[in-house]
Amino acid sequence: MSLKNMDQLNAMHFDVLREIGNIGQGNAASSLSQMLSQTIDISVPTVKLLDFNESVEYLGGPENVVLGMLVGLKGDINGMMLYVLQKSFANSMLKAVFGKEINDLTELDEMDLSFIREIGNILAGSYVNAISSLTGLTIDISVPTISIDMAGAILAVPAVEFAQIGNSVLFIDDSFIFGGSSSDNSEVKSNMILVPELSSLETLFSRLGIEV
Amino acid sequence: MVNIGIADLNVVKSPDVLATYALGSCIGICLYDAEAKIAGLAHIMLPWSKESGAAADNNMRRYADTGITELIQKMCDMGAKKYRLTAKIAGGAQMFSTNSAVFNIGERNIEAVKKVLGTYNIPIIAEETGLNFGRTVFFYSEDGIMEVRAATRPTKRV
Repeated sequence: MSLKNMDQLNAMHFDVLREIGNIGQGNAASSLSQMLSQTIDISVPTVKLLDFNESVEYLGGPENVVLGMLVGLKGDINGMMLYVLQKSFANSMLKAVFGKEINDLTELDEMDLSFIREIGNILAGSYVNAISSLTGLTIDISVPTISIDMAGAILAVPAVEFAQIGNSVLFIDDSFIFGGSSSDNSEVKSNMILVPELSSLETLFSRLGIEV
Repeated sequence: MVNIGIADLNVVKSPDVLATYALGSCIGICLYDAEAKIAGLAHIMLPWSKESGAAADNNMRRYADTGITELIQKMCDMGAKKYRLTAKIAGGAQMFSTNSAVFNIGERNIEAVKKVLGTYNIPIIAEETGLNFGRTVFFYSEDGIMEVRAATRPTKRV
């Protein structure tokens, strides 16, 4: 049997993606906590499939301004990862490093953006390294490109891709807790949309001995 | 207000308003019969139905060719005349700057929409397309005005 579209993914596939997410998120948290000199805890990542309209609502509605960061995947796994970050995420990072906060994502300057791009590199690299270390597959990631705009417009980028592979959007969401487990901690989430080629997804699962 | 989702379309009579939110590389096609005051709006995401290779794909409103054809048909069913129709289009942006062909989908959408409208001899009288930002469109059936809103740019009425 081969994968025809994302809707065929079952509970076991989700478990695998969540476990990869768990390892990736752990790696990302330790890199970030070094970079930001802060204690960062994590909770279990969430993995879910949503249709387009649900996805838009999940990200705060079509006109909610978000920061989209696109990373291309090449090698044994082909496709892309799209991070969709909210203002709260950007603010947690900016506060830790520059001691500043923004009211609106469109206020980000070049310096902020290159810093956030670096964080995107860490998040994406951590996830991809988790896949590689579990499977031995080789995957290259491209330099992240950023777009700050309406969530609906940004979500159309993977939508064009998944129009070929079904109607579902695969979310793998990380959750970082800043300031350790103290009472004044703040939790921020990153939403990542994984858009693999179906054949790549098959490669991934078969490497792990899981039937698709 | 009638809200059109992605890969969908609808037709209204004056004084109703059509809306579609956050067009990125997708295109909003606003067709208008000024005499009958009938307005139609389609939100397409891909250029050609034939290219998709997905015979199993049952949503033909996704594509420029089949979407526009259905929109014209629906307007005529409501009493519009094909020869009176004019078009205003918005969208077709490139949200991320990369060289990959996949991301030129906006441009390919614009090209396809123009070609399809050309085959029906429908003139394009206003266009807010391309560049790199998302657009929300309101289309007023009362006067055929297309209002285009963006996150960081002033609203345009054309």
